[in-house]
Amino acid sequence: MLETPSLFRYDSLAIPDVNELVFGKAPRPVKCGFGLEIGAGMVFPEVNFTLPPIGISEETWPEILHEYEEMATNIVRRAVAMKVPGVVLEFELLPAMTEKPEWGAEVTTLLRRHLAAAYDQHKMLSALRVTPTDIRDQGKPPLLREGEPCDRLLRSFELTIAAGADIISVESIGGKEVHDRALMMGDMDAIVFALGVLCPADMRWLWKRIVRMCAQSGHAVPGGDSACGFANTAMQLAHQKMLPEVLAAVVRAMSAVRSLAAFEEGAVGPSKDCAYEGPVIKAITGTPISMEGKSAACAHFSPIGNIAEAMCDLWSNESVQNVRLLSGSAPEAFTEMLAYDCRLMNVASERGQALALRDCLTASDEWLSPQAAVLSPAATIAISRAIVAEKDDYRRTVAAGHTAVAIIRDGVAGNGLALSKKELQWLNRIEAALDALPATGDELEAALGEEYHGLFRPASYGR
Amino acid sequence: MTELKKLYDAIVAGDAKTSLAITKEALAENVTPGELVANYMIPAMDEVGKRFECEDYFVPELLLSGRAMKAALGILRPLLAASGAQPAGRVIIGTVKGDLHDIGKNLVAAMLEGAGFEVTDLGTDVSPEKFVEAVSERKANIVCLSALLTVTMPAMRTTLDALRSAGVRSDVKVMIGGAPVTEQYAREIGADSYSENASAAVATARRLVGEAAHA
Repeated sequence: MLETPSLFRYDSLAIPDVNELVFGKAPRPVKCGFGLEIGAGMVFPEVNFTLPPIGISEETWPEILHEYEEMATNIVRRAVAMKVPGVVLEFELLPAMTEKPEWGAEVTTLLRRHLAAAYDQHKMLSALRVTPTDIRDQGKPPLLREGEPCDRLLRSFELTIAAGADIISVESIGGKEVHDRALMMGDMDAIVFALGVLCPADMRWLWKRIVRMCAQSGHAVPGGDSACGFANTAMQLAHQKMLPEVLAAVVRAMSAVRSLAAFEEGAVGPSKDCAYEGPVIKAITGTPISMEGKSAACAHFSPIGNIAEAMCDLWSNESVQNVRLLSGSAPEAFTEMLAYDCRLMNVASERGQALALRDCLTASDEWLSPQAAVLSPAATIAISRAIVAEKDDYRRTVAAGHTAVAIIRDGVAGNGLALSKKELQWLNRIEAALDALPATGDELEAALGEEYHGLFRPASYGR
Repeated sequence: MTELKKLYDAIVAGDAKTSLAITKEALAENVTPGELVANYMIPAMDEVGKRFECEDYFVPELLLSGRAMKAALGILRPLLAASGAQPAGRVIIGTVKGDLHDIGKNLVAAMLEGAGFEVTDLGTDVSPEKFVEAVSERKANIVCLSALLTVTMPAMRTTLDALRSAGVRSDVKVMIGGAPVTEQYAREIGADSYSENASAAVATARRLVGEAAHA
């Protein structure tokens, strides 16, 4: 079924002043869960946790529920002991729990029960974010708008919302079937096609539905998406020296356009923790964001551990397995670490020193990596302005790419950003490819290498 | 007379068009397929692997070289098969049941192919039964299992169990890899080897095939 395209497009910034772009404060705070207001002046921990190695089946299900009971008990106990002013728990469903949506709903109910008890007993403010796994990438090419995996994903949203999810998110995968290949080949044309044409089309289709389901529930808020499968894949491949860092940095900036599409369809935040493109979303939409950095080293390494904190409203550990450490369980330990990080930010805000702390967090990373350089408050404003100045997703994506290249060049020229000869060659190559792109996404699709056309179904993108 | 060193150079540079053209010229001049593969193409991919390891090449350069190698192999393979030449080994590769991640697995497959292995890629979310079936059908020497999630790692053990139950475990060497996978885990589940990255996987595959040949 063809749908009416959305009419709403951001054309200006909710936060045009770089000195207003700071942690804990968003022009459009979000109220959700048990009395929590996110983005209204304080930063709260967002604790994310997962199972240790264990198969998920009917036989192991009781053991899995026991793991979640234990994790929830330990996290809440630590949060209460740390006197956190509020906390968000994030439950990221594992693929099997979206395949069988009832399982995801059962864990949602369990976690919600713990937060309700903590509110009743300790008046602890909290919210539960639930993130079903986007399992639509099973076919080759994937079928995104119909079929069993799509039905199960949508059912998973419905059931977890009904089970008490306060915030709904997803790391959607539309466009990834092209982007993965393009990234590995360093093919900028196909990368831009995926990020600027395919991804936003799928995002708009999917988020229209999520927003509707949340609205019907009367309690759940549509949080936001993450370009995890795109920009974080690039970041991790760059970390392993498989891809140039400059490519990962440019992909990060361009990926903000696809994530913004969720907000143009009605998402209100807080955006997803692994969406490092979050600051751009915050600057444009004014909605609060979740971020992760140094305290997510349990899940993955990154060159942006401090700078990622500079503009966050929730501060997350990304994911930690329920394993035993010397202090206690890992989720419990990371609850404490996040609580301390947040305390520091909140005290800085109370004393009117938030900008000073933000700038220290920024300066400590900014010119050590091109990936950090595109995440500073100033870079965020520049990329955001470039995006809203354009009218369609494709041109926005190209504009974000150009801006990222310019930021990196400025860093090299005047701020001591050191790039290897090989990285500089890639920066030139990326810039030349962006310069040579045609005026429209349709023209780019027509010019795309034959190897990409068989990877996606045009109908999955309404094309 | 074609300067065969240009075939080596074209593959190192990732120039598929030139590698194909030189291969055609060489065949027309009666250079044997075996000589092209052994003396120019595999050494070229070895050089590419070295450049990747010392961070002079990123994955895109490596894959372009693999593509240049594949272009030449496309016309050499039937000739090699007709002459009875064997690949470096026969590999079955896939991401285990329940796991949809494939970037790392694809990279290993491309590098093994570049190193002269015949690779059958079963894709993602591959059931143990499919691995067993492919091992028998393709007469594989090596099975490579990939997983990115801690919760799908147990499917590696299940796959090994299935290979044992089907009576084909002793016919193949099993290599495992993926972000949460460790050497210790490989030992625990009875895999033959763990590889940390794609180039290590090629070296391991060569070693395992060599060991099997001398066993």
